[in-house]
Amino acid sequence: MGNTFENRFGMPESSMARLRKIRKAKDKVATVGVTIGGLSVVFSICLIFFYLLYEVIPLLIPASIHHEDSLETAIPSTTLYSVMEEQSQIGIAVNADGNVRFYSAHTGRALKDEQVLTENIITVASETPSKRLIGLGTESGSVLLIKHEYRSTYDENSQRTINPSISYPYGKNTIEIVDDASVLSLAFRDGDSELTIAVLSEHNEVYLKRFEKVENFLSDGVELEEKDTVQLPIPSEKVDNILLSSDQRWLFLVEANKQVEVFDLTKSINSMRIGVVPVVNNTENGNVWITTSEFLLGGISLLLGDSQGGISQWFMVRDENGHRSLEKIREFSLSESPITTLATEHRRKGFVAGDEAGNIGLFNTTANNAALVQSISTTAIQHIVMSPRGGNMIVQAKGKAGHLWEVDNEHPEVSFTSLWEEVWYENYDEPGYVWQSSSASNDFEPKFSVMPLTFGTMKAAFYAMLVAMPLAIGGAIFTAYFMAPALRTKVKPTIELMEAMPTVILGFLAGLWLAPLIEANLPGVVSLLMITPVLILFAAYFWSRLPREFRTRVPPGWEPVLLMPVVIGAGALCMGSSSFLEDVFFSGDMRRWLTQDLGVDFDQRNSMVVGLAMGFAVIPTIFSITEDAIFAVPKNLTFGSLALGASPWQTLVRVILPTASPGIFSAVMIGLGRAVGETMIVLMATGNTPIMDMNIFEGLRTLSANISVEMPEAEVTSSHYRILFLSGLVLFVFTFIVNTTGETVRQRLREKYGSL
Amino acid sequence: MKQSTKAWFRQGDPWIWLNAGAVTISVVMVTGLLLLIAVRGMGHFWPHAIVDGTYIPKQGEAYHIVGEMAGEEWVSASRLRESGVEVADNIDVIQRVLIKTGNRDISGLDFRWLIADEIKNITYPDELFIIERREWGSYYGIVKAIKENGIELNTKGELYAVLQQRMDRVLELHDEISDIEGKYIGAINYGLEKIRLKERALELKGSLDAQDLARFQAERDEFDAQYNNYKETLDSLYNEISKDSLIAVSMGGIETEIKISNIVNAYRPNAMNVLEKVMFYIAQFYSFLSDDPREANTEGGIFPAIFGTVLMVILMSIIVTPFGVVAAVYLREYAKQGWTTKVIRIAVNNLAGVPSIVYGVFGLGFFVYFLGGSIDELFYPESAPSPVFGTPGLLWSSITLALLTVPVVIVATEEGLSRIPKAVREGSLALGATKFETLWNVVLPMSTPAMMTGLILAIARAAGEVAPLMLVGVVKLAPTLPLDGNAPFLHLDRKFMHLGFHIYDVGFQSPNVEASRPLVYATAFLLVAVIASLNITAVIIRNRLREKYRSLGT
Repeated sequence: MGNTFENRFGMPESSMARLRKIRKAKDKVATVGVTIGGLSVVFSICLIFFYLLYEVIPLLIPASIHHEDSLETAIPSTTLYSVMEEQSQIGIAVNADGNVRFYSAHTGRALKDEQVLTENIITVASETPSKRLIGLGTESGSVLLIKHEYRSTYDENSQRTINPSISYPYGKNTIEIVDDASVLSLAFRDGDSELTIAVLSEHNEVYLKRFEKVENFLSDGVELEEKDTVQLPIPSEKVDNILLSSDQRWLFLVEANKQVEVFDLTKSINSMRIGVVPVVNNTENGNVWITTSEFLLGGISLLLGDSQGGISQWFMVRDENGHRSLEKIREFSLSESPITTLATEHRRKGFVAGDEAGNIGLFNTTANNAALVQSISTTAIQHIVMSPRGGNMIVQAKGKAGHLWEVDNEHPEVSFTSLWEEVWYENYDEPGYVWQSSSASNDFEPKFSVMPLTFGTMKAAFYAMLVAMPLAIGGAIFTAYFMAPALRTKVKPTIELMEAMPTVILGFLAGLWLAPLIEANLPGVVSLLMITPVLILFAAYFWSRLPREFRTRVPPGWEPVLLMPVVIGAGALCMGSSSFLEDVFFSGDMRRWLTQDLGVDFDQRNSMVVGLAMGFAVIPTIFSITEDAIFAVPKNLTFGSLALGASPWQTLVRVILPTASPGIFSAVMIGLGRAVGETMIVLMATGNTPIMDMNIFEGLRTLSANISVEMPEAEVTSSHYRILFLSGLVLFVFTFIVNTTGETVRQRLREKYGSL
Repeated sequence: MKQSTKAWFRQGDPWIWLNAGAVTISVVMVTGLLLLIAVRGMGHFWPHAIVDGTYIPKQGEAYHIVGEMAGEEWVSASRLRESGVEVADNIDVIQRVLIKTGNRDISGLDFRWLIADEIKNITYPDELFIIERREWGSYYGIVKAIKENGIELNTKGELYAVLQQRMDRVLELHDEISDIEGKYIGAINYGLEKIRLKERALELKGSLDAQDLARFQAERDEFDAQYNNYKETLDSLYNEISKDSLIAVSMGGIETEIKISNIVNAYRPNAMNVLEKVMFYIAQFYSFLSDDPREANTEGGIFPAIFGTVLMVILMSIIVTPFGVVAAVYLREYAKQGWTTKVIRIAVNNLAGVPSIVYGVFGLGFFVYFLGGSIDELFYPESAPSPVFGTPGLLWSSITLALLTVPVVIVATEEGLSRIPKAVREGSLALGATKFETLWNVVLPMSTPAMMTGLILAIARAAGEVAPLMLVGVVKLAPTLPLDGNAPFLHLDRKFMHLGFHIYDVGFQSPNVEASRPLVYATAFLLVAVIASLNITAVIIRNRLREKYRSLGT
């Protein structure tokens, strides 16, 4: 038995060395692994932040256009109207000689020509662009309605070919409207049951022809049945352009380049004329005149381009007396040169304007901004041909070749203004903060004001904190400082257990139990909030008047147990006398008293319910941190103060609370963070109405509830989707700041007491 | 010694009492809430007596009323007068009762509010039945006769015994049918879908030849043959099950024929004694836990929701534990205490404070659309355009919730690690163990209770969280469980049901809130009970642990 290495350690030296190596390697691997694991926490929080940001950033990217192709064949100057089809492959051009040409959007070369009329076309009007219905006004005073259609076919290699064609939904024959005079301007609207055509003759007379649409059961098609043809009262000036609103009610005549005359077609002939609105202001800037006029998508707003590069939006607004008048809503400015063309987008409330100096501008009315202004030529812009998706456009300047541009303008309706400021939406009588993200109709103006949601979030958090702060901080003060230790070990876990309570249950109780309860016993609940503290004080005073031998039976620090019957009694008293109070003070119905006498609206699921339920959810958070902070204040401070003769309360207010105040502050911060982000309670306990009103008896909608309601329906990468991500980011950043502040303060406090 | 009132105020006693009041109010609210849920949730299954009486309103005609008391309230008389109810002048408040009359198919109403005093001749006849049906809710009335194939049976005075026997038989048949439909035919459909996907995958690769086609056709034929087999059995079972029906008389005297196949349960609460009621209570509670929901979730059980919650929580635990523990170990054992750990602690605290809905948004965007979409493109091109992982589902829900609960595990584990005395580690290192060996063999085993605490708290949090799940994978009614007999058995891409969402959905989105309310309370009670017991367990473990290491530390 030698004293060899093997005998001493049970293995040869070489294998021991190998084992040591393996162990060392294992240790290294573990260190690396654990470090990576630890850092992955930081990584994940960064990932959340940057991913939210990544989804939001496209909202902030300004619009841009890129040159895609130059057209070999220019769009003829006789072209009266041109537009592209869905895939941006083919454009249609209606020429003055009665020829309709389909051309390649990339080369401009003709693909197909069709002679739809043998006479000259003077004017062309289109209905909502997505309907692809065009009206042609002729020199003989008649109108023809044509529709351009595209059919895609695929060959075996899945290559698409688009076949354009012209159809005549109301027959190939022209509709005669004016005798012996050509049509100078034309407007028409093809509704579900009615077709209205308005024309301007060369004698400055306006005619209106209305048809009823009758279904033909034999051919399954629709036939027109003439209702009436009327001549409108003679316009007050020379008419340049006529425009008909999509509800077929308002007829706008742009006259003498300076005014708009409004007709209400639902009235009788003699009272149709509503008034003349001067639309240019010639006093300040010298001579300004209207150069172009066009409808924005939806056929509600008028766009008027003027000779100084300005474009204004107008629509009918109702005043307090119910009278409607044409009002200027907002103005845009492209340049100093006269506007030559306006092309509206087909799916959004936006338009592209071109001017005489060769500038084009992309605008959006809701966002109230110019997404892009760019000079692309030296001569006047003549044609702007939009594609339905808004992703391409052909722009041609006078005497130059046309160019196909790719338009990168994903979220034009989102701007700082449209998110955070009051916006005057179409069909609204005044500017307002509105959140209404979707609707059934296609030409709906999305209303993305996050103000009502932010306000709702703040309101809910405010009422919740109003409930939670006094109860939680007061309770924590007593528990940490006055309470008997035996009682404290019971009370603290009970309240902290509530932190684990799923909020869906609190929300469910708030919505289905508390809300109806409050509604039925409103006077009782209100009196409960006022009477309980008073009753507690009375009970306390009464207790202090009791004989000493009786009082000493309850050791100090057990006061909450004494108050138990008082609080429960107060609850029973108030709820029990609710009907009585209602009868005596509010003639039997407090809700009606509120709405009729005070003018305060009352919803069943209102902010009071949210405040109580969410306050309840926040209490444990604030309580727990505050309690820890107060309890951690070193005892020698207390003893010193008491020894100097201060009463316990004085010690608390002058010594303990100032020392613990950073901790209380951080508790409130963290509680606030929780209240702001809470989803289920507000979702279930409010009506989720996005209104801006501080009224405690009305509902609200918070950012978080809004996300949970609308996110599943939002179309991926749409503006709506990104704005919901923005709300998420706002919540994230807000809670990040609040939590970090609270946490830093708490850490500081801990370090400070560590030294005491 | 009595203080003067002034001194009492000056010394601040009133404030102390007010603070004490705050504690009392908080505690009363907490316990009141728990009691409320417990009473309402547990009361639901107790067989309540059925009232038989005549309702004689001040205006309108008197009618016969049969039903179950579901609630009562006191309302001010003037409010009733406004709504057009005649009330005597000398009355200020009046008691109203909510009667559940059922029979939605006959009267259109499940519930009605009646003025208590106007119900006269109240009796509790033994022969009144509550018949729980698969459609149209409960039926209240008397069973008059039993029919088989439309012919009335001579029950020789043993009507109830015969009824019970018929019901048992039909329930057995019903189980058999749902077994065949759910398990076997479900498997056939699953197999057929798999074949379609395989075929499509080969087609996309361009290597689909005649041989493959023939193979697929053969497999399909086999499934079809199996299906026809089952179909035959099913047809005969359906024939068998729809034979029996019963004739019942409702409170209005209307006779209704109810198919026994449409009945889930029929009982006579007035004829039960206490023991029977207890037995019935237990049976009802068991079927609440084990049955599938019926009638748009407003009736029946919540088994799929429990199953979904548990499965999701298990998956989440598997994901969250290693990450949380490793992060805590890094913070406590490996990282140099300083700037980095400070940043990480802030990150952890923020992760804990970020609103849960933000996790939902992130999960939907990043996991579902970004990761899931990429996975679909790479691995499941054959099932396009319908997404596999590119849609909310079980996997994404688990990962999202794991992310949400990781701070809980980190904080708890870190606390456990910090309580292990330094001497223990030093001892191990002094004996020549590497850092990892010390960690693996000494530190981690000692901190297992702390990890358990963290995990339990994480589970409690995840089980109650709803908002993010609404975005990343929960549905109101999942046709199939995410775990079944078809390979690969665990379907991570499926959507699932969840207790918390069930509460939200049934309580707020269901067409008949009044009828479903007791069920929501019962579900809420179950959820609260589970979460509260998890939390209490965690607290107990933590306290034990503290005691244990307190002695070690000295």
